[in-house]
Amino acid sequence: MLDFVQQLVSGVALGCVYGLIALGFVLVYKATEVVNFAQGDLMMLGGFFAFTFIGMMGLNYWVGFAGAVAAMALFGMVAERVVVRPILGYPQFSIIMATIGLGYFLRSIAGMIWGTDDLKIETPFSQGVLRVGSLVLAHDKLSVIAATVILCTLLWLFFNKTTLGTAMRASSENMLAAYYMGIPVKRVVSIVWAISAAVATCAGVLLAPITFIHSNVGLALGLKAFPAAVLGGFGSIPGAVVGGVLIGVIESMAGFYLAEGWKDVAPYIVLLAVLLLKPEGLFGLHVRKKV
Amino acid sequence: MSYFRAENLSLHFGGLKAVDAVSFAVEKGEILSIIGPNGAGKSSIFNLISRIYRPTSGRIFFEDQDITEEPPYDIARLGIARTFQNIELFENATVLSNLLVGRHRHSTTQLWQELLFLPSVRANEKVHRRRVEQVIEFLDLEPYRDKLISGLPYGVRKVIELARALCSEPKLILLDEPSSGLNVEETDDMSFWIRDLKNELGVTVLMVEHDMSLVNRVSDRVIALNYGRVLTMGSPAEVQHHPDVVAAYLGA
Amino acid sequence: MRFLFKTDYEDDIRLFPHSGYFVSYGLLLAVLLIAPYVLSSYVMSQLVFVCIYATVGVALLILTGFTGQASLGHAAFLAIGAYTAAYLQKYNVPFPIYFLAAGVLTGLIGAMVGFPALRLTGIYLVIATISFALIVEEILARWESVTNGNEGMRVKAVSLLGVTVSRDSPTFYFLCLAVLVLTIVGTLNLLRSPTGRAFVAIRDSETAARSMGVNVALYKVKSYAISAAITGFAGVLFAHKLSFISPEMFTLQLSIEFIIVILIGGTFSLHGAVLGAIFIVMIDPFLTYLKDDMPGIIAGVAATFGAGTQSAANVQSKVAAFASLNGLKGAIYGIIIVLFVLFEPLGLYGRWLKIKLFFQLFPLYKRATFKRQKIYVKSERNR
Repeated sequence: MLDFVQQLVSGVALGCVYGLIALGFVLVYKATEVVNFAQGDLMMLGGFFAFTFIGMMGLNYWVGFAGAVAAMALFGMVAERVVVRPILGYPQFSIIMATIGLGYFLRSIAGMIWGTDDLKIETPFSQGVLRVGSLVLAHDKLSVIAATVILCTLLWLFFNKTTLGTAMRASSENMLAAYYMGIPVKRVVSIVWAISAAVATCAGVLLAPITFIHSNVGLALGLKAFPAAVLGGFGSIPGAVVGGVLIGVIESMAGFYLAEGWKDVAPYIVLLAVLLLKPEGLFGLHVRKKV
Repeated sequence: MSYFRAENLSLHFGGLKAVDAVSFAVEKGEILSIIGPNGAGKSSIFNLISRIYRPTSGRIFFEDQDITEEPPYDIARLGIARTFQNIELFENATVLSNLLVGRHRHSTTQLWQELLFLPSVRANEKVHRRRVEQVIEFLDLEPYRDKLISGLPYGVRKVIELARALCSEPKLILLDEPSSGLNVEETDDMSFWIRDLKNELGVTVLMVEHDMSLVNRVSDRVIALNYGRVLTMGSPAEVQHHPDVVAAYLGA
Repeated sequence: MRFLFKTDYEDDIRLFPHSGYFVSYGLLLAVLLIAPYVLSSYVMSQLVFVCIYATVGVALLILTGFTGQASLGHAAFLAIGAYTAAYLQKYNVPFPIYFLAAGVLTGLIGAMVGFPALRLTGIYLVIATISFALIVEEILARWESVTNGNEGMRVKAVSLLGVTVSRDSPTFYFLCLAVLVLTIVGTLNLLRSPTGRAFVAIRDSETAARSMGVNVALYKVKSYAISAAITGFAGVLFAHKLSFISPEMFTLQLSIEFIIVILIGGTFSLHGAVLGAIFIVMIDPFLTYLKDDMPGIIAGVAATFGAGTQSAANVQSKVAAFASLNGLKGAIYGIIIVLFVLFEPLGLYGRWLKIKLFFQLFPLYKRATFKRQKIYVKSERNR
């Protein structure tokens, strides 16, 4: 039983990271109908930025964290402007390919700049553990869960309570109509990319003590975050987090209770099974084409 | 027995009754129009016949065969072709290959034969192309034969949809607003073609239409719908002056 | 410009619309046939890879380009073909039989993937194919009694009619070329018959295809099966060419490379698959060239423009350091993909058509002829 709870907590923590990356996917998809395959790589880049600020320049953890988030938000805007905006409105396949290309580019550039060793960031909660009875919970994992809850609340407030958030929801429904209603769609899209890059950075920095930072970490985690987003039904923000947690828990349970090898494929098997039963994911909307 | 028959056809989306216990019959060789204000359930009836939607209740018969449970692709095989309100053409293909898809229900060759392009496939292709060429001539589409759909104007696309439906050599053709988006001249052409369908090709026509002048010119009978129910049925003049129909359009 | 007067339905059906095609394709074939006796063994080896990649490219075109079903899992089909060959070869099954068996088995598995894919579209389909590929990769690594796990499997040379065909011999090259040519001809045949048109119809509008009597589910499964089977055939050749296979060769990276093949070549034409394959295969030799020769050349250029010996040597070492950077290949891939999507969405073949049209219409060519239309309103969400 204790093992189970232990696995559950680490699964949830891992799942929160997937959820945070998936959140980035969903934000961008909702606003622009672009599936950003480079989301995991944005996370990786965010981790490297934080490492540069904290590990190399010796800044305070929180200052470095904030700096990395700000820098990545800017980077997200630039990436949108250069790679995505020229092809907005073209078939989805082209856009997916463009973001795959962006991902390739970021991975290899990061490898060139920061090398291929595993890097580590010292955080205030790298060491401590929380003991509840005989349960041992590491602070770094708890911090991930806490941060996910905070970020989700902030995003929810932003989308539902602010004018900008409403504008974003409007342009996600129908970009052209939003444009005609006077919403600055281009700026909205740009901000969405900034937010999603910022969210990815949070994931990257929080993850640094758990998995280290490496130029390929983005691809590996991105491939897990994808099923998370799809499981939750692409386009649903709570769905992304729930999907992420599900994938994380499945992975850690399969790693603990099943034979070696299941850990990596279990999330995908579950995903395929869910898609078979519900092709639009758990929380997705089923919209029919009108003829 | 009627040629085509819908009995107590209903389609409910939750509480909304898009089509509510509609019954009607189409006689062989006639042109029957369905009219009604927006949202009256006209297109829904078409979508029920071509099995895009499943009816909540009711049955559909064609040539005395119950087709309510047939899969969508078999509807075309039985000889019912249709056009769409908002045009559903194969955008990135030429007019010719669009029309050839219309011939699909007549293709009998197997995959392996096609991979090798055996003489039987070649012979079949020639038949398909001859038929398509006849339709092209019938609807004056020669100038557009090898053009891509994506570059053609709306009016031409409308005609190509009709042509594609004709290529399948249907017994019954469903026309969903054939004149929407067409100018006066194009509408005139369309009305001649629809009459020719009946007179020259002997095709039975079921049509949804808003343009009353077109309805008056071509229809043998008219059905008026409102809120998913049949208001009245009869000759164009009768239906047009029926008090319920006037009320439905003018809002009583 | 050439005007074609069609007098028979044959004119619409034939593979080569006019005699000019016979000349140019005949010449191309002649060049390809004498190539092994003229070119170096390294170039020939690359040409074999071009044939294999182009075969996979054509397979992917059938599924993605013509039927409109995206797939990021073709490396898995290639792997299934390759492993079937390697496994059957252990039991002394003759080449023609395991070659066919690999294609049939991969085709069946492709059809099985096609069934769950029926209800999926867009991004969901992409994810499902990625998941499939990752699961296959894991199975290859774990099913040690058959696949020998991560240790990989050796693949002996092809034995055809009692003669051993080495992987570097001209015969092996002709074998790969034959498979490619047959694949292309078969695909062209398909495209001019009802099945091919049904594929295109499904790509452009499933609703309309259905209302015209196309059994959409059946044809999608057919498309998956055909595409997978061709990839399986290519997998056998791939295994023989490499003479050793292991799970880490068939990763997502390879699937993406196949997508790049059709993306760069042009998503709507068979020419594109071949051009794209040439492009992808030639990236490696290009990088080698960059590593070996470029530093010297640039230093030489620097020296001619008056740089001293010291600074020329400096330039040389810097360029060499840059060219041998680890991630250079990835960066080049990334830049190529982005540039093609942004500026040449019709791919290399599209560029060729534009150049051709430019000379045919000279001086009346308009840039706008090939301008793409943006479709903001047409959301792919409700398809």
